[in-house]
Amino acid sequence: MGIARIEELVSGSADAVRIPLIGQSLCAGFPSPADDFLEGALELPRWLAPNPPATFLWRIAGNSMHGAGIFDGDLACVDRSLQPADGSVVVAAIDGEMSIKRYRLEGNRAWLAFENPDLPVFAVEELQDGVIWGVVRFTIHWHTAKAALKR
Amino acid sequence: MSRAIALIDGNSFYCSCERVFDPKLAGKPVIVLSNNDGCAIARTAEAKALGIKMGAPYFQIRDMCRAEGVRVFSSNYTLYGDMSARTNAVYRDFARDVEIYSIDESFLDLSDVRERDRFALAQDLRATVRAWTGIPTCVGLGPTKTLAKLANHIAKTVPDLGGVCDLTDPVQYDHWLCRIHVGELWGIGRASLAKLEAMGVDSVADLRDLDPRPVRKALTVVGERMIHELRGLSCLPLELVPARRKGCAVTRSFSGRVTDRETLEEAVAAHAARLGEKLRRDGLGTDQVTVFYHTSEHDRGEPMRSVSTVVSLPEATSDSLALIKAATHGVAKTWREPGQVPWRYSKAGVITTDLVPLAESPRALIGRLDRERSGPLMAALDACNARWGRGAVVPARAGLTTKRDWNTKFEMRTPRYTTQVSDLPVACA
Repeated sequence: MGIARIEELVSGSADAVRIPLIGQSLCAGFPSPADDFLEGALELPRWLAPNPPATFLWRIAGNSMHGAGIFDGDLACVDRSLQPADGSVVVAAIDGEMSIKRYRLEGNRAWLAFENPDLPVFAVEELQDGVIWGVVRFTIHWHTAKAALKR
Repeated sequence: MSRAIALIDGNSFYCSCERVFDPKLAGKPVIVLSNNDGCAIARTAEAKALGIKMGAPYFQIRDMCRAEGVRVFSSNYTLYGDMSARTNAVYRDFARDVEIYSIDESFLDLSDVRERDRFALAQDLRATVRAWTGIPTCVGLGPTKTLAKLANHIAKTVPDLGGVCDLTDPVQYDHWLCRIHVGELWGIGRASLAKLEAMGVDSVADLRDLDPRPVRKALTVVGERMIHELRGLSCLPLELVPARRKGCAVTRSFSGRVTDRETLEEAVAAHAARLGEKLRRDGLGTDQVTVFYHTSEHDRGEPMRSVSTVVSLPEATSDSLALIKAATHGVAKTWREPGQVPWRYSKAGVITTDLVPLAESPRALIGRLDRERSGPLMAALDACNARWGRGAVVPARAGLTTKRDWNTKFEMRTPRYTTQVSDLPVACA
């Protein structure tokens, strides 16, 4: 948690969009039961998250994607409005677990693969509909070994 | 071009929100419980098939849920509110005018879409919402809000329709109106239903064909308006700007029972602080706060007490600290020390009924509150809570949120997947 001046807290930064970009969400008919529980949405700049309602952040756990530069503890920005193509990194539901994988497509044949030379080649063949949860736009990796404020 | 209104709503909305982030819930019976894990308020089709009724008390169905493998969740309103905002953001890509009717239902004005394109557009809307947010929906189309709501009901109950029913299509309109019972209509309660049945009304078409004027006597102007709406004459415009709040209430059941004054005052102070937040969000203020607390009618044979008192302020305010002072004063002046058997309070709240826009409200001559100082303080408080999460900074009287053991219970609540970095869903690599 950094230190922020009150003015910058109140105004917020102009080029950040909230995910999602919420307009007026007051209900005209029934009062929303969520009213007392609403929280500020996670913020990302518009150029990184062009489609806020379809954009979700996930946390990565595990080491099977080192080859793609994705590490344990990273954050993945996942866009559900993107169609996966050969080479996309995707979040997919496999046997009731959510996992991050490389999507491969050759002709009509699609499969998912790990990306770590230490791991056996693993592939999920014959992807069913709805297995792909979303396409990873980018991931966030922290390089700070120990975050301390320089004075 | 003829008017076309769409009503789109999320199927088993709260359960669907849970399913988006947990693939294990696909195809399984799922229910979501109300505050304090009281009753089932959302059920998937699989849960309905097991005979779980809307509003069923959880203690009555707990054993059955365990035996049948029903997945049970406390309500995660932070998540549902965020998912609701996302679906509405998608709706706005399809329609210029959107009325958010409730957390999971919105009316869309599709009048500027060509008649022959409407059905396909509704299907496209469903598919897009499903793909982008993961929420399954149904769409009802009609020339009026009443007919759109009816069409939505048909789309939901007749699976063959593929989630879309279009009553702007004369063939569909003629087909369905004589087949749907009048009791399914939006706004027909039990009392009106009895009156209509006495008049020989059975189907929606029967009601439509009544002479509106005599109906007005039996069912007031609401019934008359309904007949016009069923005939395709729009009487209910889309409410694009929610009406200004006239009153505001923050009331909660305690997780257990409260018997001591300190805890009661803390709860009332927390509610007053929340009231202040709500008023500030809308730029409103109040110069009167009603404070109430009472025992539970379920605690048969125990001493009963119900207190409600009005506390006046010198001028309208939305300052949490001033509201807390007023609310706790309300408790102080009505508190009665318990005798042998204490009063076990089950619920407390603060209510305001005459809100005014704060900027235009008259200032007091005597006892003026310090708006100039309190404004920036409250703005900073709200900004901190927006940035670091609700309850990050609270007035001391309201107690730390983590230590409020009287707070409403949500014991089986899933993480706030979409609004808290600490709660993000996890993907295995």
